[in-house]
Amino acid sequence: MSRTINWFKYSSPASFYPLAGRLIPWFAALAAVLTLLGLYLGFFVAPTDYKQGEGYRIMFVHVPAAWMSMFIYVVMAIYAGMGLVFNTRLSSLMASALAPTGALFTFLALWTGALWGKPMWGTWWVWDARLTSELILLFLYIGFMSLKAAIDDRRRAARASGLLAIIGVINVPIIYKSVEWWNTLHQGASISFTSGTSMEATMLASILVMGLAFWMYTIVVVLARVRCEILEAERDAEWVAAELGKVR
Amino acid sequence: MNWGSAREFFAMGGYAFYVWGSYGVTALFLIGEVVLVVARKRTITQRLGRRIRMRLEVNNEAQT
Repeated sequence: MSRTINWFKYSSPASFYPLAGRLIPWFAALAAVLTLLGLYLGFFVAPTDYKQGEGYRIMFVHVPAAWMSMFIYVVMAIYAGMGLVFNTRLSSLMASALAPTGALFTFLALWTGALWGKPMWGTWWVWDARLTSELILLFLYIGFMSLKAAIDDRRRAARASGLLAIIGVINVPIIYKSVEWWNTLHQGASISFTSGTSMEATMLASILVMGLAFWMYTIVVVLARVRCEILEAERDAEWVAAELGKVR
Repeated sequence: MNWGSAREFFAMGGYAFYVWGSYGVTALFLIGEVVLVVARKRTITQRLGRRIRMRLEVNNEAQT
C-alpha cells in the first residue's frame, strides 16, 4: 500500500467541522429532489387503494418517519457507545446532534399514525404493543436529551446519557417485532426482509423514495447541528478563534 | 393520473383532514427544525465571534 488513509482524521472536531460544512449543500440538494419525486410518486403515480381509498396516502410519510425514528436511535446509540469506549469527542457530539431529529420523527410517526388510525380503526390511539413501544422511544429520546442537559460537566453528561442511549436500544427490536410478538391492532409489516413485499410496485417506490428523502434530510440537519455542538464544545480552541474571528 | 381536478385532489376522497393533517404537520416540523438550527448557528457564531474579538482587543491593549 503506497498511502495509508488516516481514518481517525475526521473524528477530530476541528477537521470534521469544515467537512460537514462542505457536505451539507450536496445532501440538501439530494433531499429536495427526492422529496419532490417522492411526493409526485405518492400523490400522482401510486393508485387509489381499493380498501382505504385516498386515506392510505398517509403511509408515505408515516412509514418513512417510523423507519427514521428507529434508525436514528440505533445510529445515536452506536455513536454514544463509541464515545464511551474510545472516548472520542466527536462521538458524543454526534449523539447529541441526532437526538432532536430522532425525537421529531418519532413524534411524526405517532402523529401521522393517529391521523391514520382515526378514519381506519375508529380511534386516534390504542395502548397496543406497536404504538406503546413507539411512545417509549419518544420518551427515551427526551430522557437522553434531558439527562445530557441536566449535568453540567460535559464528560459526565456524555457518559450518563450515552449509557441511557445504549440501554434503550433494547426497545428498537421490540418496536420492530411488536406486530409479530403481540396481537396488535397495528397491521404487520408490508415490507419485509424475509418474505418480500405485499404491495403495489408504485406504492412501494413512493415509500422508499420518501424514506431516502427523510434520510438525506436527517443528514443535513444533523451535520448542521453537530457544527453548532462542535463550536460550543470547542469555544476556547485556536481553530474556532481563527474560524470565527472574521465573522462580524 | 388519479385526479380529475384540483378540487378532487384537495378533497382526498373525503380524507382531506387526515391526509393534509399528516403532510402539513410533517412539513411544518421539518421546515421548523431547519429554521431553528440555522438560528442556533447564527446565535453561536455571533456570540463566540464577539468573545473572540473582545479577547483580541484586551490582548492588543495589554501590549501597548
